[in-house]
Amino acid sequence: MKNPIEETRKIIDEVMEAYPEKTKKDRAKHVKPNDPTGACGTCQVKSNVKSRPGVMTVRGCAFAGAKGVVWGPVKDQVSISHGPIGCGQYSWWSRRNYYNGQTGIDTFGTMHITTDFQEKDIVYGGDKSLTEALREVKEMFPLARGIGILSECPVGLIGDDIEAVSRKAAAELGIPVVPVRCEGFRGVSQSLGHHIANDTIRDHILGKGGKLEKTTPYDVNIIGDYNIGGDAWASRKILEEMGLRVVAQWTGDSSVNELAIANSAKLNLIHCYRSMNYICRHMEETYGMPWVEFNFFGPTKIEESIRGIASHFDARIMEKAEAVIAKYKPRMDEVIAEYRPKLEGRKVMLYVGGLRPRHTIGAYEDLGMEVIASGYEFGHNDDYKRTYPVMKEGAVIMDDATLYELEEFTRRLRPDMVGSGIKEKYSYHKMGVPFRQMHSWDYSGPYHGFDGFPVFARDMDMTVNSPVWDLIRRKKPGT
Amino acid sequence: MRQIAIYGKGGIGKSTTTQNTVAGLSEAGYKCMIVGCDPKADATRLILHKKAQNTVMDMARELGSVEDLDIDNVLLEGYKGIKCAESGGPEPGVGCAGRGVITAINFLEENGAYGDDLDFVFYDVLGDVVCGGFAMPIREGKAKEIYIVTSGEMMAMYAANNISRGILKYAQSGGVRLGGLICNSRKVDKESELIGELARRLSTQMIHFVPRDNQVQRAELRRMTVIEYSPDHPQAGEYRALASKMAENTNLVVPTPLTMDELEGLMMDFGILENEPVE
Repeated sequence: MKNPIEETRKIIDEVMEAYPEKTKKDRAKHVKPNDPTGACGTCQVKSNVKSRPGVMTVRGCAFAGAKGVVWGPVKDQVSISHGPIGCGQYSWWSRRNYYNGQTGIDTFGTMHITTDFQEKDIVYGGDKSLTEALREVKEMFPLARGIGILSECPVGLIGDDIEAVSRKAAAELGIPVVPVRCEGFRGVSQSLGHHIANDTIRDHILGKGGKLEKTTPYDVNIIGDYNIGGDAWASRKILEEMGLRVVAQWTGDSSVNELAIANSAKLNLIHCYRSMNYICRHMEETYGMPWVEFNFFGPTKIEESIRGIASHFDARIMEKAEAVIAKYKPRMDEVIAEYRPKLEGRKVMLYVGGLRPRHTIGAYEDLGMEVIASGYEFGHNDDYKRTYPVMKEGAVIMDDATLYELEEFTRRLRPDMVGSGIKEKYSYHKMGVPFRQMHSWDYSGPYHGFDGFPVFARDMDMTVNSPVWDLIRRKKPGT
Repeated sequence: MRQIAIYGKGGIGKSTTTQNTVAGLSEAGYKCMIVGCDPKADATRLILHKKAQNTVMDMARELGSVEDLDIDNVLLEGYKGIKCAESGGPEPGVGCAGRGVITAINFLEENGAYGDDLDFVFYDVLGDVVCGGFAMPIREGKAKEIYIVTSGEMMAMYAANNISRGILKYAQSGGVRLGGLICNSRKVDKESELIGELARRLSTQMIHFVPRDNQVQRAELRRMTVIEYSPDHPQAGEYRALASKMAENTNLVVPTPLTMDELEGLMMDFGILENEPVE
């Protein structure tokens, strides 16, 4: 019988063959055949190090992580892109973090505010433009509950003292003004930006200002759900039906106030571990709040997670949890009955950010699909440790994959669909491979929770079984 | 057109030496321009007889952007038709003065400040080469010739050696060469010999020894070069001598900087640094 790990190793070696010696040696450490048992010593993926110069990495930067991911969705805070125009322009609501509110009045999610650096700001320092911008924000948007200063690269290079400006402005304007040192050159990927943003919420918002007046034993926070296409709303609905009270959503559709009072909750429920484990550990150390990871993609994982979360509470919640599962079971079965026959046995290759490469596997499996390769743009060691057991033996695991590798693995593994980002989408379309954006849900969603799964199933069917692929002549592998 | 950059430790007399030398060259009939590359903007006051001229960056800030700027506002003519420009820049501790130098020089180039009629362009550059911006005058084929102003004081020599290291880097990537050391005397013991030796070790020359004279101070207080204020004074002759040596200089080298130990050894050889007993 063939050894799946060795079979995959051969394919990986073939793909690596095109690289020059040094690159080959380096990249080989980041692409491994999966061993779910963890027994294979040479199957450990190296991660969270600088991308190799010369390859086409898909990664973003610290600014993307801090502004685009963590701070951006906070709806009643104005996030200023501090620096030249480009970083702000290209991070302008690109993640579709839905929110309720009157944009421009009490919420600012889809708006874009920047200090728009000119030469004079570089030469003389950007502090004056910044002070002016802060005052203008307060004047134009009196209902803004805070202002974030998201530093672009030049601010760090010229050494502007944005902390001093923030302190002064916070006193003058009477709202939190948060300096975020997320210059893009810091760290190796967007991951450090998440960490920096977590730290600034900790230092400037959490536990400061308001307090939750009445607490209950059932108060929880949703951590690491950015409400992309309404994800957090679908998750919240389940938790509330279980009898829990959601104090804060970090940070999808969130307010500054709910971030501030989040430390009054009893338990942190973390979905995107990679981007927000930092704040969970902080609340655990400082407030003694435990945290639990969960997965709301696909009924199997949702049910498992509902039971896992309920086990932290009393019998009443546990009963309600079972009732919630029972309530949605028929609908979930219906979805599976409709789509599974159309998707059964189809193979998927994923290359996403820091959570979905492993968290969506269960949802695909619920539809009878198999994830044969998966990879993280900016995962760390602890993400890979969580990935090995949930993938089959011999699956390909990739860290900071290059566009060449993604295309090569697609040619060799022949997945029926690829899930990745906007930068990858069109090259796959040209290759004639069904493709789904798994960062933004391809302008669909939600994919979380019981509300999300039917959408997820429909979208995957739509992608894999679209008649358009029959109109494209697909090349044979190796040609 | 010869483009020359003057470097040296802060406070060593770069601006005074540059302006007096340029006055000497102009007197001899050469067409010259001075570009001050220091946010202090004091590289042209002796030529223009005013406290400080409008700098490129200050004007750009006032008007909004560099594109709004008119060359006539920042390129002025002074003594003997010497053209003067200052890059300008921020107060100490804020912003990026180096970027100001880059922006200003680009502006001057794009707006025709470097006319064909010019014989010499002098860049008077702040202190050490602290970042890429202050190396701008010697990059991209601008100044090909550098003179370092120094004295016999340890830190001035240390800076001169350090600047030579910077020149070495740009000599390899571009065509920049060291033209010599200008000793601006501080009346240190055996100063002329010492700088002569440092120059030899750097594979260059001490192009001129400028003696210390209070006449420089008297002229400066009147916002004039010595050559203009007291053309017959012996110190004016010294600057004329330096000017003509520079005009005729063909000894342009890639410097050979010393290690710190070698530099200290040199000071010891001349009895300036006492040999301390080793335990």
